[in-house]
Amino acid sequence: MLEYLIARPHPVGELADHFDVSRPAISKHLRILKHANLVRERREGRNRIYELNPAGIEALRAYFDRFWTDALAAFKRAAEHKNHGGLT
Amino acid sequence: MNVTEAPVKKSIAVKASVEDAFKVFTEGFDTWWPRAHHIGKQPLVKAVIETHAGGRCFGREADGTECDWGRVLSWEPPTRILFTWQINGHWQFDPDPAHASEIEVRFHADGPAQTTVEVEHRYFERLVDGENVHGAIRSGGGWPALLDSYARMVKDQSSTG
Repeated sequence: MLEYLIARPHPVGELADHFDVSRPAISKHLRILKHANLVRERREGRNRIYELNPAGIEALRAYFDRFWTDALAAFKRAAEHKNHGGLT
Repeated sequence: MNVTEAPVKKSIAVKASVEDAFKVFTEGFDTWWPRAHHIGKQPLVKAVIETHAGGRCFGREADGTECDWGRVLSWEPPTRILFTWQINGHWQFDPDPAHASEIEVRFHADGPAQTTVEVEHRYFERLVDGENVHGAIRSGGGWPALLDSYARMVKDQSSTG
C-alpha cells in the first residue's frame, strides 16, 4: 500500500481497487498507517485522499541521524582507547 | 515519482592512525556498536562485520542465533568500506540488494595519529518494500513489529522536537 502512496496520493476507493481484500480491511490498515504517522489523510469534496506523510518516512532518517551521532562518538572512544594501549 | 530522502552525513575526528581507525571500525565493530541497535528477540552478544567484500553484517545472540542486517559491498582497507543495512517490511533482513540502504565510511589520514572518519548513510527510500507491504496486508501478518518500531521512532522524534 505504501508503494502506491509513494507514487502519488490516492482516494481510498482507488487504493481498495489494488487489493483483493475488503474495503473495511483497507480502511483498518490505513488507520494503522495513519496512527504510525506514515500516511496522512485529507478531504477533497466527498473523497478522502491518503498520501505519504513525509514526516513519517523522515522519522527513519532522523533515527539514523541520531544513531550515527551516538555510534561515531562510541567509535571515537574505542579507537582512541586502542591508541593508548587499552586494546591489543 | 519516488520519494527520496537526503543521506545522513556525519564525520568525526579521531586521535588514531588511519590503519587503527579502520581496524577498530571493522574488526573492533563489537567494541563500539550501540547494543540497542539490534533486531533479534534476545539481547545482542556480539556485533560483527565480516572483513571482506561480500561479508555479512550481523548480530549474534546468547544461544548462537545470528541476525543478519547487511552485507559488505566494498572492502578497501584502510580508507573505505561500503556496507548495507537492509531490513524489510517485516522488520527482518531482506537479501535483495535493491531493498538495501547503503553506508559508506571513508577514513582520511590527517596525520600519523589523526584521522577523520566520514559516514554517509543513504537510500532510506529503498527500505520501503511495497511487495512485502502488499503481502503483509494480504496475510495479516508482519505489520505490528514494523509499526511499533516506526511508531517509537516517530514518538521519539516528536518528544525531542
